[in-house]
Amino acid sequence: MSTLPARPLPQPTTETAAYWAAAQEQRLVIQRCSSCGHCQFYPRAFCLSCLSDRLGWINASGQGRLYTYTVCRIAPSPAFESRLPYVVALIDLDEGVRLLANILDADLERIAIGARVGVCFESVSESCTLPQFTLLD
Amino acid sequence: MTNDPSCLAGRYAIVGVGEAGLGKAQPGDTALSLQCRSARDALLDAGLTLADVDGVFAHWDDRANALLVSEYLGITPRYVDSTVVGGGSPLTHLIHAMAAIEAGLCSVALVTYGSTQRLDHSRNRAGVITDPRSPSGQFVAPYGVLSPISWYAMLSQQYLHRYQASAEDLGEVAINARRWAQLNSQATLRKPLTMEEYLASPLISDPLRKADICLVSDGAGALIVTKADHARTLAKSPVFIRGFADTYRHHVTPFAVTDWLDPGVIGDCTERALLMSGITRSALSMVQIYDAFTINVLVALEAMGFCAPGQAGAFLRSGIAAPGGALPVNTSGGGLAFNHSGQFGMQLMIESVRQLRGECGERQVANASSCLVQASGLLMSAFMSMVLATEESDQ
Ligand SMILES: [Zn+2]
Repeated sequence: MSTLPARPLPQPTTETAAYWAAAQEQRLVIQRCSSCGHCQFYPRAFCLSCLSDRLGWINASGQGRLYTYTVCRIAPSPAFESRLPYVVALIDLDEGVRLLANILDADLERIAIGARVGVCFESVSESCTLPQFTLLD
Repeated sequence: MTNDPSCLAGRYAIVGVGEAGLGKAQPGDTALSLQCRSARDALLDAGLTLADVDGVFAHWDDRANALLVSEYLGITPRYVDSTVVGGGSPLTHLIHAMAAIEAGLCSVALVTYGSTQRLDHSRNRAGVITDPRSPSGQFVAPYGVLSPISWYAMLSQQYLHRYQASAEDLGEVAINARRWAQLNSQATLRKPLTMEEYLASPLISDPLRKADICLVSDGAGALIVTKADHARTLAKSPVFIRGFADTYRHHVTPFAVTDWLDPGVIGDCTERALLMSGITRSALSMVQIYDAFTINVLVALEAMGFCAPGQAGAFLRSGIAAPGGALPVNTSGGGLAFNHSGQFGMQLMIESVRQLRGECGERQVANASSCLVQASGLLMSAFMSMVLATEESDQ
């Protein structure tokens, strides 16, 4: 019997529980300030623009552009070795926040800075789903 | 009191340097032992004793490292600081030491750093932060990011895209490092590197190849800083700190929506440090840039105004930064070819001091009188610029 090496999983906190719960339902949500409208990522306990603690969540469009990316040819731990080579990218969402994800099933010839990407979801354990992205058009 | 640090220009000097365990430490060596042996060398170099030290600045993986170093050395400092801001931390420590001495909180500061990461096989490809509740533990680690490699790979990708630059431009940095390393008997990689060999180096995290990435070495170093008037009474010629500036942008989750190639932070720190020093770019004898990755050198040369954006590859190709060139860059061979024990900021400072003392043998820069040091830490997180010189002022 061989067991797959454990992949590092996020451990939600008070601030991020709603984000990870939404991902589990295949929704990408972004924190938005109810007082001033500022969107922020990653989630915090209060608004970095006006200090209000009246924060809500919006369903993000799930679309954005590749700010930059890399193709990992070696893995940081055995858990990722079977995925090699894989793409790590920074994505500027249309909502104006930047986040990191993999570009799944990426054609390495087509991937480019500025490319449009859309969210998808990858279930990595019973209790954890990661927002991920794929190339659009 | 003024808020302007320019009153500190030339008021402090580095009076002692020491190092231990460079390259591969001996089995049984520890980071603590190497740091303290470096401290001993630095004290002997300066003509000081342990009893003279009343400020200790140190860290590695032990969070109270300055206390551990003090305990090992059997001293009871009035001031300690274990600030961790990545590989440039020793420069931050020097700046904090000057502030502490200026405030009367200590008078002779010892700065140490050391690691046995190679001996211990302790380097973690995923980076140093492993708490799954931390921002990077939640939003970075689950995605298989090589840290710091993938971050600098993504910076390189943005650079190549923006300026239509080529792999060869990155390669020029690695080749320049090897040219200097050939002249450094302590360097790890002393064979010349051709562009063909560079391009044949395997991709690790596109577009970065093995040859774009710093060494994984052991090693420790120590610096001693004190006021200029005290410095002039000690064993070696003082190396004066003429200017400095530092800025901190984030920890290890660089998600702020900013332009990574904006010269702002590196350019601003360097401009402030040069202005404070009274030394112009064209008068500099050399530049030492923290080269954890080849891209660091391209971005820094451009941000600091030595060449236009996107032109650093051509700038290096001209030979200007090589031995015998008009602007020597990374005269030890750098983190790419000399040694990288986790925090090259220490070795960057030691090389600068030795160059300005004229102690560098084959690789000595002729008539060296000033040096600009540009360091950074973590993931484009911390930035420090420092100007050193053999004279305390130009007057
Ligand atoms: Zn707000």
